[in-house]
Amino acid sequence: MTTTTTTTTAPAPAVPATGRRAAGPRRRPIRAGTPVLYLVLIVIAVIYIFPFLIELATSFKTEVDATSNPVSLIPPTWTTAAYAYLFSQSDFPLWFANSAIVTVAVTVGRTLFDSAAGYALARLQFRGRNVIYAGLIAVMAVPGVVLLIPKFLVINQLGMYDSYSGMIVPLIADAAGVFIMKNFFESIPVAVEEAARIDGAGTLRLFWSVILPMARPALVTIIILSFQGSWNELAHFIVSSSSPNLYTLTKGVASLSSGQLGAAKRYPVQLGAAAIMTIPVAILFIVFQKRITNTATGAVKE
Amino acid sequence: MTSAAQRTPARRNRSGIRRGQGVGGYLFTAPAVILLLVFLVVPILMALWVSFSDWGGNGSPFSSGVHFVGFTNYASITSGGGLSEQDFGTSLRNNLWYVIFVVPTQTVLALLLAVLVNNRLLKGRGFFRTAFYFPSVTSSVAITVLWYFLFNPTGAVNEVLGAIGLHGPNWPADADGLVHNLLALVGVRNGPGFLVNGGFLGVSWWDWLSGPSVGMMIIITMVVFTTAGTFMLLFIAALQNLSQEVEEAAMVDGATSWQRFRLVTLPQLRTTIFTVLTLGLIGTWQVFDQVLVGSQGNPEKTTLTPAYLSYVAGFQEQNWGQAAAIAFILFAIIVAFTLLQRFVLRERGVSARRMRRAGFDRGGDGGYRPAHEDLLTAAVVAGGTSGRPGQGGTL
Repeated sequence: MTTTTTTTTAPAPAVPATGRRAAGPRRRPIRAGTPVLYLVLIVIAVIYIFPFLIELATSFKTEVDATSNPVSLIPPTWTTAAYAYLFSQSDFPLWFANSAIVTVAVTVGRTLFDSAAGYALARLQFRGRNVIYAGLIAVMAVPGVVLLIPKFLVINQLGMYDSYSGMIVPLIADAAGVFIMKNFFESIPVAVEEAARIDGAGTLRLFWSVILPMARPALVTIIILSFQGSWNELAHFIVSSSSPNLYTLTKGVASLSSGQLGAAKRYPVQLGAAAIMTIPVAILFIVFQKRITNTATGAVKE
Repeated sequence: MTSAAQRTPARRNRSGIRRGQGVGGYLFTAPAVILLLVFLVVPILMALWVSFSDWGGNGSPFSSGVHFVGFTNYASITSGGGLSEQDFGTSLRNNLWYVIFVVPTQTVLALLLAVLVNNRLLKGRGFFRTAFYFPSVTSSVAITVLWYFLFNPTGAVNEVLGAIGLHGPNWPADADGLVHNLLALVGVRNGPGFLVNGGFLGVSWWDWLSGPSVGMMIIITMVVFTTAGTFMLLFIAALQNLSQEVEEAAMVDGATSWQRFRLVTLPQLRTTIFTVLTLGLIGTWQVFDQVLVGSQGNPEKTTLTPAYLSYVAGFQEQNWGQAAAIAFILFAIIVAFTLLQRFVLRERGVSARRMRRAGFDRGGDGGYRPAHEDLLTAAVVAGGTSGRPGQGGTL
C-alpha cells in the first residue's frame, strides 16, 4: 500500500487519506504514507498562502524594492508610504465608505426580502405560488455577466444611473437567496406556527416574532453570501455608475491598477489597497469559519 | 417541495386558521418578485429588443428614432468579414482555450484537495481547509491586482523561475499561443496552407488552434487558484456522504488504496464531478472581472472574452446593438450548459434525492443544518445571478 502511495503520481496523496478513513474503528498503526501526506499538504498550503504574504510584505516596501526584490517577505526598507498615500492623498476612504454603504444596504434588503418571499413560497397558500417558484428556478439560470448590458439599459431608463439606488436596488434581487430560505422554511416543523395562528397571530406578526427568530441559521447564510457578494462586486458598479464620487473599493482599486498610461505601476499602493479591501471579508470568514468550511450552512463562495 | 405542496392543502381543509394567506402570500413575495422582474426579466427583454435595433445609446431605446433592423447586429459579428466578426471569433477562441485549461484543472485540483483534507486523522484539517478556501472568498479585483504583480516581468514568478535556472517570459505582454509555442519547439512555425487559408468567424483555423496565450496563463492560473477551494467544499461534502461499507468491503477484499479510490470512491462521486464540471463550464464562460482589471484584452486581444467584448462594444464603442447581440449568444452558450446539467441530474433520478436533501437535517449542535451540497450549489450559482462571474468560477 505504501509503495503504491509513493510511486503513483498525481492522486497518490489521495491514497492514505481514503485508506485512513476506511480504517474506521479497527485502526491500523500509523502508516508510512502519513509523512508524505503532510508534506504534500504543507507544500500546497505554502503555495496557497505565499501570495498573500507577498501582498502584505510588498505593501510595506518602497516602489523600487517592490520590483527589485519581489519575493522577499521582509521589506529591505520598511515604509508605510503606500498606506499614507492611500489614506491621505487618494479617494480610498471614500471608496471604502461607498462599499460599506452598498454592502450594508444590500445585505439588509436581501435578508428581509429573501426571507419573506422564501417563507411565503414555503408556507402560505396563494394562487400563482407554483408559477412564482418555477420563475425563480428559471431566473437562477440566468448568467450574471450576460446581464451587464441589459441591466444598464433598465437602470438608465429608470433614471437610476449614477446613483446609490442604481447601485443598491438591482443587487437586492436575489433568486438564489429566496431559494435557500424557502428550503429552510420547509424543513422546520409547522407545529409552532399553527399554535401561534390558533392564538390569533396574523401572518405578519407570526413571521416577525415567531418565524424569523427560528430562521437564524439560514439568515446567517444569506448575510454571509450577500455581504461577501456585494463587497466583492465589480461588474454591476461598472454598469450602474460612472461618477468618481460613487466609486466602490472594487472600482477604485481596479482604477489604481489599470491606471493612467505612463504613470508608474505603483505596486505597493495597489497591493496595500488590495490587502485592506480583503480585511472585512477575511474577518467575516474567520468569524464564520467553522460554518463555512465545515460546509454546515453552505459556502460563502459567490 | 412537491411534498410540501401536497401537505399544506390537506391541512388547510382542516381548519380556517389559514385565512388571509392569499393576501399575505402576495405581500411577502412582492418585493423579491418585483425586483427580479425589473432587474432580471425586463433587462433581458429590453436587451433582446436592442439586439435587433439600431439604438445608438442616446435617449430611450423605445423612442421613435430607433428602428428594428432584424438580424443585422447578429450578422455583423458572425459574418461579413469585418473587424467585429474577427473580434468575436477571437474572443470565442480565447474563451474556449480558457475553458479547456481551467475546467479540468480546477476539478482535478479540487478533488485532490478534498481527498487530502478529508482525513479524520489529519491534524490541522481546519487550517488546511481554511488555507485552500480563503482565496475563494477574496475579491476578484484584489486577487487580479496581486496576480498581475506576481507575474510582472520582474515579479515573483520570474524570480522563482530564475532561481531554478529558467528564463521566464514577459507574461502580461506575451501573445504567443501555447500550442504554437510547442509546435515551434519541433520546428513548425507556420501552419499548413489549409489551416492558414481556411477559417471561421474571421479567425484562421491555424489561429483557432493557437492555444491560450502566455498572457492568458496569468488569468488561467489565478482562476484555478481561486475556484478550486469552492469546489473542494462540494467534494468534501460528497465524500462525507459516502457509505463506509463498500469501501471497507473492498479493503477486506484486499484492494489497494489506489484501486479503492479509482473503483469505489470515484464512481460514487460521479454526480458531484458532473456538477463541478458543469458549474465550471457555466462559470468559465463568464470571465469578466479579471480581464477588465488585469489585461483589458491584451496582449494582442488574446485575453479578449465575449463578456468583455460585449462590455467594450457597448460602453466604449456605443455599439449597443452588437453588445446586446454578443451577450445573447453568450447567454445561449451558458444556458445550454445549465440545461444540460439540470437534464442529466434529473435523468439519473438524482433530483428526488437532491430535493429531499435540499431540506435541512437537524444538526447535532441543536440548530438546523441545511444539507450541504445543494446549498453549496445554490451558493455557487448565486454568483451567476448577482452579476458576478464568480472568481471566474465561479462561479
